[in-house]
Amino acid sequence: MTAILTYALHYQGEFNKNSLGAVSEGAMLAGELGGEAAAVVVGGDDLTDDLCASLGRYGAAKVFRARAPEGLAQPVVDVMSKVMEDEGFRYALFGGGLLGFEIGAGLTARLGAGVTMEVTAVKVQDGKLVAERPILQDSAVVDVGYVGERGIVIGRLNAFEVKESGQGAAQVVDVEVQLQEHSTRAVMIQRGEQRGADVNIEDADILVAGGRGLGNAEGFDLCESLAQALGGAVAATRAVVDAGWYPYAAQIGQTGKTVAPKLYLAAGISGAIQHKVGMQNAENIVAINKDPNAPIFEFSDLGVVGDLNKILPKLTDAVKAKKG
Amino acid sequence: VKICVLVKEVPDAAVEKRMDPNAKRLDRSGEKNLNPFDTHAIEAAMQIREGGAVEVDEIVAVTMGPESAYRALHKAVSLGADRSVHLTDDALAGSDVCATGYALGTVLASESPDLVLLGQQSDDGECYTIGAVVADHLKMPSLTQVIKIDVEGGKLRCERQAEYGYDTVEVELPAVISVGDAINEPRYPSLKAIMGAKKKPLDTKSVADAGIEPERVGDEGSRTEVLAINPPPQKQAGEIIEDEDTNETVERIVGWLEERKLLA
Repeated sequence: MTAILTYALHYQGEFNKNSLGAVSEGAMLAGELGGEAAAVVVGGDDLTDDLCASLGRYGAAKVFRARAPEGLAQPVVDVMSKVMEDEGFRYALFGGGLLGFEIGAGLTARLGAGVTMEVTAVKVQDGKLVAERPILQDSAVVDVGYVGERGIVIGRLNAFEVKESGQGAAQVVDVEVQLQEHSTRAVMIQRGEQRGADVNIEDADILVAGGRGLGNAEGFDLCESLAQALGGAVAATRAVVDAGWYPYAAQIGQTGKTVAPKLYLAAGISGAIQHKVGMQNAENIVAINKDPNAPIFEFSDLGVVGDLNKILPKLTDAVKAKKG
Repeated sequence: VKICVLVKEVPDAAVEKRMDPNAKRLDRSGEKNLNPFDTHAIEAAMQIREGGAVEVDEIVAVTMGPESAYRALHKAVSLGADRSVHLTDDALAGSDVCATGYALGTVLASESPDLVLLGQQSDDGECYTIGAVVADHLKMPSLTQVIKIDVEGGKLRCERQAEYGYDTVEVELPAVISVGDAINEPRYPSLKAIMGAKKKPLDTKSVADAGIEPERVGDEGSRTEVLAINPPPQKQAGEIIEDEDTNETVERIVGWLEERKLLA
């Protein structure tokens, strides 16, 4: 019996870490369900036999390979719905990420299957999958079950750990899929454009991260001075990167980087889930925000309610004085 | 072209949101408002109209929700929509993403839009997925989290952040586009627009009016069920400093950092 199908996103000859997490999680759950796990890959010639077969290391028994445009969701919906129907898969599982959300949502419509999103854990109850999903800004966690034969699980970023199962190469199966007409009417013009300077935030022990509360691009000067005094680097939220205040390479969260520094000092960041998933494993979280109701205070170790423009310069001076 | 904007009524940001433990649904009582993310979609529609690259004949706000949701439509109209459609029926209560997407897809199909716009997420359900579900029902190309739309030669040139950086994607119409909140700064409605909103056409539809199969919506049509509601894993609450005297605040922060050997 076939149990769980995952989607493995790749770019420039490498699989996405969250996809590998989904493949690992899928293999483990399939074992509990008493079935097999497989993965779908979609793309061009860079999907070599060796690359596809390497998903076996994370527990995929089979890899279904389809030649179709990559980086867009709808061609993958066409491929996955066909493989699920032809091979009798019960569940589709996705790691965190934009495409996973879009593909999972498309499959829901196509198959008439239930979907859960932002899932942080999956368990097996009475031979069926049950998804754990935090809701209402993580103030509660609901257990969600699926009605009917099929179900779609979309994980939260970093929810599923990458685990090598010690299994050998996966069997690679080529599938021919006729794409739906609408799936060919969106065309990638440019993919993966990097905007702004290349900065390295993943190796820093100390990060000073700035958000919309800084008010404008110049507000980042305050963060840079403090980061310099602390011997750390500067990071940013998606909102300010999209606004052009800071380079993309410094972005934390859902479509940015995931970090776990010794100190994460968040300046003017409200703490949306999309940001939280990229930094919640920091050892020490300090948040400065003028809004006492900002969600970031719910998961910071030290919260300071106040005006950044007053606090940051004085804090920078005090740190400099202390460190000599 | 005709643009439909999907909107939703959500509990106001100031309302403490909770789950109703008996119904196992979100308790949606209390003060409500137009989902703030939707205002970006309405603004995007207005900017396409004002941009002049394509003639916009009509902007229609569409919602599914209880009787009270007409107020979200009035707000949408005050922000620029020409008229609105309200799908409302007791049979729709309890619809999950699968059922909601089907119902909205059916109502939208009857409007034959050239472009469907929506916000990136609802402030209450936080599902991020309705756009892609609706697109599959309508058999239209779709993108989510779009932060720039240019209309060129009857096609949309869209930009968004994906896993590996910024992607630029060309999308043919008709299409379903969900916009990120970085796409624009929504305008405020004028007093005149607020007063005039109630006079614009509002078409109220039941499940039967819209041609929706009742067994595919509501509790019966939903493909997920909430089995249990649990408290989140407890994290010890952090220390909070209210900044009154900034010198003292800074001293406390530095002390806190020193204790943890972060200033070494």
